[in-house]
Amino acid sequence: METALTGLVGLFYAVSIYMMLSKHIIRVLLGIAIFGNAVNMTIFTAGRVLREVPPIIAEGRTALDGVTANPLPQALILTAIVISFSFFAFLLVLAYRAYQELGTDNTDEMRIAEPEGEGLPPLGY
Amino acid sequence: MPEFMNDTALLWPLAIPLATAAICAAAWAYPRAQQGASLAGLVLTLAASLLLLDSVMSQGIVTKQFGGWAPPFGISFVADRFSAAMVVISSVLALAAGIFAIADVRRRQVKAGFYPLFQGLMVGVNGAFLTGDIFNLYVWFEVMLIATLGLITLDRTRAQLDGAIKYAVLNLFSTILFLMAIGLLYGVTGTLNMADLARVLPQTEGSVALTVSAMLFLLAFGIKAGFFPLFFWLPASYHTATIIVSAVFAGLLTKVGVYACFRVFTLLFEVNDGGIRPIVAFFAAGTMLFGVFGAAIQWDIRRILSFHIISQIGYIMLGLAIATPLAMAGAVFYIIHHIVVKANLFFVAGAIHRATGTYDLRKAGGLMKSSPLLAVLFLIPALSLAGIPPLSGFWAKFMVIDASFRGDMAWIGALALFVGLLTVFSMSKIWIEAFWKTSPRKVARVRAVPVAMLVPIAALGLITLAIGFNPEPLVAFANVAAATMTDPAEFIAAVFAERQIAGATP
Repeated sequence: METALTGLVGLFYAVSIYMMLSKHIIRVLLGIAIFGNAVNMTIFTAGRVLREVPPIIAEGRTALDGVTANPLPQALILTAIVISFSFFAFLLVLAYRAYQELGTDNTDEMRIAEPEGEGLPPLGY
Repeated sequence: MPEFMNDTALLWPLAIPLATAAICAAAWAYPRAQQGASLAGLVLTLAASLLLLDSVMSQGIVTKQFGGWAPPFGISFVADRFSAAMVVISSVLALAAGIFAIADVRRRQVKAGFYPLFQGLMVGVNGAFLTGDIFNLYVWFEVMLIATLGLITLDRTRAQLDGAIKYAVLNLFSTILFLMAIGLLYGVTGTLNMADLARVLPQTEGSVALTVSAMLFLLAFGIKAGFFPLFFWLPASYHTATIIVSAVFAGLLTKVGVYACFRVFTLLFEVNDGGIRPIVAFFAAGTMLFGVFGAAIQWDIRRILSFHIISQIGYIMLGLAIATPLAMAGAVFYIIHHIVVKANLFFVAGAIHRATGTYDLRKAGGLMKSSPLLAVLFLIPALSLAGIPPLSGFWAKFMVIDASFRGDMAWIGALALFVGLLTVFSMSKIWIEAFWKTSPRKVARVRAVPVAMLVPIAALGLITLAIGFNPEPLVAFANVAAATMTDPAEFIAAVFAERQIAGATP
């Protein structure tokens, strides 16, 4: 199970890095979304994949007996999913607004904040 | 009542900005009410942070467990001297920014949510300083990031949208890397509490996952803090924001990254083993050098200052690279000095803009004659940044460079001295162009700078002077803070002491 998940995580990383290297902002955003999911899968796998036994302490006991599923990675992933979803939504709006205002989604042409061909500073006083 | 305040001292620097953000958001249609609430909130936050510093000074590390869960299971909040000092200094800066905002923030920016977002940013910053849980730190980073995204696009100009895209993508990437590092660390150790990690990690066998995790932490915080090959988002975006936002970002955001770096690489990972030190030294050297080179070719005051943020981060990282207690103390001193000075320089840039109507040094000029007070107020932080005695920057630079010569990294100390020279060059460029030179425009109508702008500039300048003329208390404080930082045992003991008090069985 772990091996299969590891392979999947690797595939996710490969795809997301390829997408993030693009010049076009929408591909970069998709890359970031996939990258976030790849990390979520990493946490899931790193937390050990143990199935079927819920981590509930039976009545009258003080500790778990035997091997049970680990609930913490899922709590972490849930938090991360909520956060990355909201960021993705914000970034989509930001990218769309930037496309409307700047007329391009190519990062090479986004030079408003750092214009090219600025004059040199004084070379002597 | 005093007992109650003492018991909850850790929560107020977080709860007050959070409540203020809610009040400001509720009073959306009333800019005046938002301004009043924001100022009141900032004053209270400062008071609360001073209270926290006081209790840390008197009783050592203060900890708090949430939900009655004993450590390491619940989320802990921890304040040692370093984090308490960071909270105090960021509250001072926030209050200065709040006063500056009276004169500078326009109605349209208030309508865009300046006050709630600003308070939200303070929640994130203070949370990041006070948390004792590595995953919780990630959450505070995200809180901070979403607030900064709102602030950076406050005016929705073309330049801001352009800068915000780069800022957002690279910073989000860095927080995801941070999350990945946490995931791998959790996979190896099975715990997320920093004190517990500090206890478990020295006994853990070294593995590839741990090394990768340490490198990912360094990379993620490096992007946040603006280390040498990773800083490109910073000069691309900081200067586009409105000046008050730039000042707060310059003072606080990169320093949160630096703070996290210091926490992780003193508490969890030893800088000394695993070859982390040479990497940090390389980063620090490059950061110092390329930051100051970048500043040399800029014309815009804000862009010059943005590049100087990067350069100064290099000095702070120098402390971590040398990793002796002396160097750590120097770094603590440097961070406190730098937050004050750098934000002050951005405030002065705002005042120059108000007086001359431009940030472009080619168009500015003549301020020496028209507003000599502003000239004096610029000189204090500018000379302090360059490290001219007897200002605070001199002592800060002296401490780290002295530590580098005493340690085994003299070459980086020499480099730091050279970079100091180039910093003087940059500052004198601003001085010559904006203050000495006669104004190039014929009908240069110099506007008066409002008192609300001058008060925070003067107050931060006074702090710089006070540290400069009387560095001894802060040096002593930095030494103790560094001693606590380099010795995780005290940190671990403080967090796990709660267990007996709570009476819970693990």
